[in-house]
Amino acid sequence: MSEPLLRVAGVSKHFGGFTALSDVNIDLAEGERFGLIGPNGSGKTTLINCISGALRNDGGSIRFRGEEISTLPAYQRTRRGIARSFQIPRPFHSMTVLENLLVPSAYVIHLKDEEGEVKAMEILRGMGLAERARSPANQLSQVELRKLELARAMAARPKLLISDEAMAGLAGAEVDEVLQILFKLNEQGITIIMIEHIMQAVMRFSQRVICLDAGKIICEGAPAQIVANPDVQKAYLGA
Amino acid sequence: MTGPIRSARGFWAGAAAAVLVAALLCFFVSYEYFFFAAYIVLLFVTLATAWNILGGYAGYVNFGTPAFFGVGSYTAVVLIQAAGAPLALQIVAGAVMAGLLGLFAGALTLRLRGIFFAIATVALIFILETVFINWRYVGGATGLQLLRPEPLPPFKSYTTMLFFVMALLAVGSVAVARYIEGSWIGRGLRALRDNEEAAEANGVPTLKLKLFACTVMGAIMGAAGAPMPMYLSFVEPASTFNLNYTIGALGGAIIGGTSHWSGPIIGAMLVGTLQQIITVTISGEVNVLVLGVLLVLFVIVAPDGIIGWFRRKR
Amino acid sequence: MSIDLLLEAILFGILLGCFYAAVSIGLSVSFGLLDVPHVAHPALMVFGSYCTYLLASTGLDPIICGVILMPVFFVLGVLVYRFYYETFEKRGTEAGVRGLAFFFGIAFIIEIGLILVFGVDQRTVEAAYIGSSLELGEYRVPYRMLVAFGVALALTLALALYLSKTFMGRAIKAVAQDEPALRLMGANPVQVKQWAFGIATGVSALAGAMLIIVGPVEPALDRLYIGRTFCVVVLAGLGSMTGTLAAGLILGIAESVVLMLFGASWAPAVAFSLLLLVLGVRPQGLFGR
Repeated sequence: MSEPLLRVAGVSKHFGGFTALSDVNIDLAEGERFGLIGPNGSGKTTLINCISGALRNDGGSIRFRGEEISTLPAYQRTRRGIARSFQIPRPFHSMTVLENLLVPSAYVIHLKDEEGEVKAMEILRGMGLAERARSPANQLSQVELRKLELARAMAARPKLLISDEAMAGLAGAEVDEVLQILFKLNEQGITIIMIEHIMQAVMRFSQRVICLDAGKIICEGAPAQIVANPDVQKAYLGA
Repeated sequence: MTGPIRSARGFWAGAAAAVLVAALLCFFVSYEYFFFAAYIVLLFVTLATAWNILGGYAGYVNFGTPAFFGVGSYTAVVLIQAAGAPLALQIVAGAVMAGLLGLFAGALTLRLRGIFFAIATVALIFILETVFINWRYVGGATGLQLLRPEPLPPFKSYTTMLFFVMALLAVGSVAVARYIEGSWIGRGLRALRDNEEAAEANGVPTLKLKLFACTVMGAIMGAAGAPMPMYLSFVEPASTFNLNYTIGALGGAIIGGTSHWSGPIIGAMLVGTLQQIITVTISGEVNVLVLGVLLVLFVIVAPDGIIGWFRRKR
Repeated sequence: MSIDLLLEAILFGILLGCFYAAVSIGLSVSFGLLDVPHVAHPALMVFGSYCTYLLASTGLDPIICGVILMPVFFVLGVLVYRFYYETFEKRGTEAGVRGLAFFFGIAFIIEIGLILVFGVDQRTVEAAYIGSSLELGEYRVPYRMLVAFGVALALTLALALYLSKTFMGRAIKAVAQDEPALRLMGANPVQVKQWAFGIATGVSALAGAMLIIVGPVEPALDRLYIGRTFCVVVLAGLGSMTGTLAAGLILGIAESVVLMLFGASWAPAVAFSLLLLVLGVRPQGLFGR
């Protein structure tokens, strides 16, 4: 097999004197379902901010499909196939649900609005949001907002989707709904990084899991291994 | 807003009608003061419309209107002094110089948060004012008297001609704003206004769009500033680089409503007309006070402006 | 250009710089720590100058007037913040844009209000130390600058100590860095911010008193001081109190030297130019967080 889809090598990030990430190494194969866990403040969001381009990493390299992307601005990384949803949903609140999807549709895929709307409606149907297409985004419920985040990320036709705590704060059936959506997307060939605190979701979904603590990788392996690992348990329960 | 205002034909018909009305007024009204006052109203329409491209569509409130306006004015003065240039050239040159200033100022500060950009625009105003105070070629602190040339036929008075020119600029700036608003650029600007980080994550080149909006805004304001020296037959730094232009442009756009190109027109006409009435009957200061109070009230109570109020009524 | 003139300019610049630090320190708290887009800060300060002018006409020393005004302005600050919070900050999203326009409008209203009440003429106050100078060998240092310098230094140190030593002070610094943590500690962030804004405004009252001691004031003075105060705060780095002193000194000396070399017509541009330079080159300032 050739170079992995995503290669994070020796990545570090500092904020003033505080080290958020140090020497993070991840190889992601195409089509993989990857889980990223770790206690609050361990650097998960910082890591995906560095991958998606919201932040620039200080050291190390990030290669996507063979290309070094760590100096590219975020919008160019999206155009190369990396999409992300935000932990706290960030809809374009002055637009309708449909118009929200037209933004990546126009700016990433360069579709004209007529065609963009058709494609967007397909995505919304797949997410169960089709009836809300004309609703203003600021009138959606929590779970609908989470779905909108994923739908919008999908409208960019990514190769890699980073789902940042898409299920946080959702109840049982809603978690399953979102999980099914992610499974379906993966079946369509999209590589997915899932960040979650809901352990049963991570375990069901991921083929491989990495645990971060204080900016370092402390464990990597299959879900069952991770859960059993004493370092991971210590990180979550505290020293 | 639906119906005739939305369709392109409706808009251009309206625009043509406005120009026609302006032309007719030129030939049937002989009361010089009317054109004097109407020029200012149209100026504010232009400034507010331009301001709205960056301040309303992109959400980057800024106070720099006098900087761009002033650069337009002084570019015109330099051309007049050096080469006796015609008005059309002054306007084009003013637009170019002010547009470049917008590009420069934007490149310097649009990477930062909105408030830093806003403060930087204030800095620009004062720096430019200081530069022109110290430049004797264009009159320095005491300013320069200018002689108006003959008005181009068929206009009989220079003020009337300037009024018509400003009417054209106003219609032109609205056309530009409307085009941007309805295009993919407008959608990108709205996305970055709603949530800049999310816009960036969804493929919107936020910095480029902001620079574009800032440059266009600057250029239009510069074009609007170019005829001012001829309008007053006088130019000086203190009144040119005056923050009162800021409150007129910003106030006009916010009071009228920033989400649609019709907002600044309504707001600026209201503000401009109020300005004429109050300044003449009471004082210039009270006018600015009223404007300030209106601005604060609208920002608190009716942030979507007058057009927002109408939208909710439907 | 003689060394003597340069040294005198630097000496004056140090005094001036300390004064600039003191008038900016309120903004360091309200904008630097609390993230309020407080472009009306200089206007409130000028308002404080005029209040000092009124009080001082009863015969009181201007500094005393400033101190008396501090609690009054504290209350004013609390009210302003409360209003700002309820109307803008709480509603999130577009708050920044509208908050900025709001404070800009307030600044205009204050300025015009002052013009309508006091007119555009300059106002001054009188005191024993205004008008005469101290002679230090070759140099003459105006007493009023020394007084302003002294008060400014005391004010800056007092505020820096307050923020680092008292519980409320540390809560204020915490709310800037980590609001959820503050909540967990049992403090109410809104009340902390309210208190901080009140302090910032109270300090502005004394700053206003110093302003009218150092020189005559007029209503439009706030426009010039937007440049100076924001220059100091941005150069210092948001949220750094000691940085405010350093940045003030840099600005004061720069302005003083430019004044000496190029004259009064160029000096006002120094603060604004320095501000643009900092924003373009190192926007996080010297000690920024």
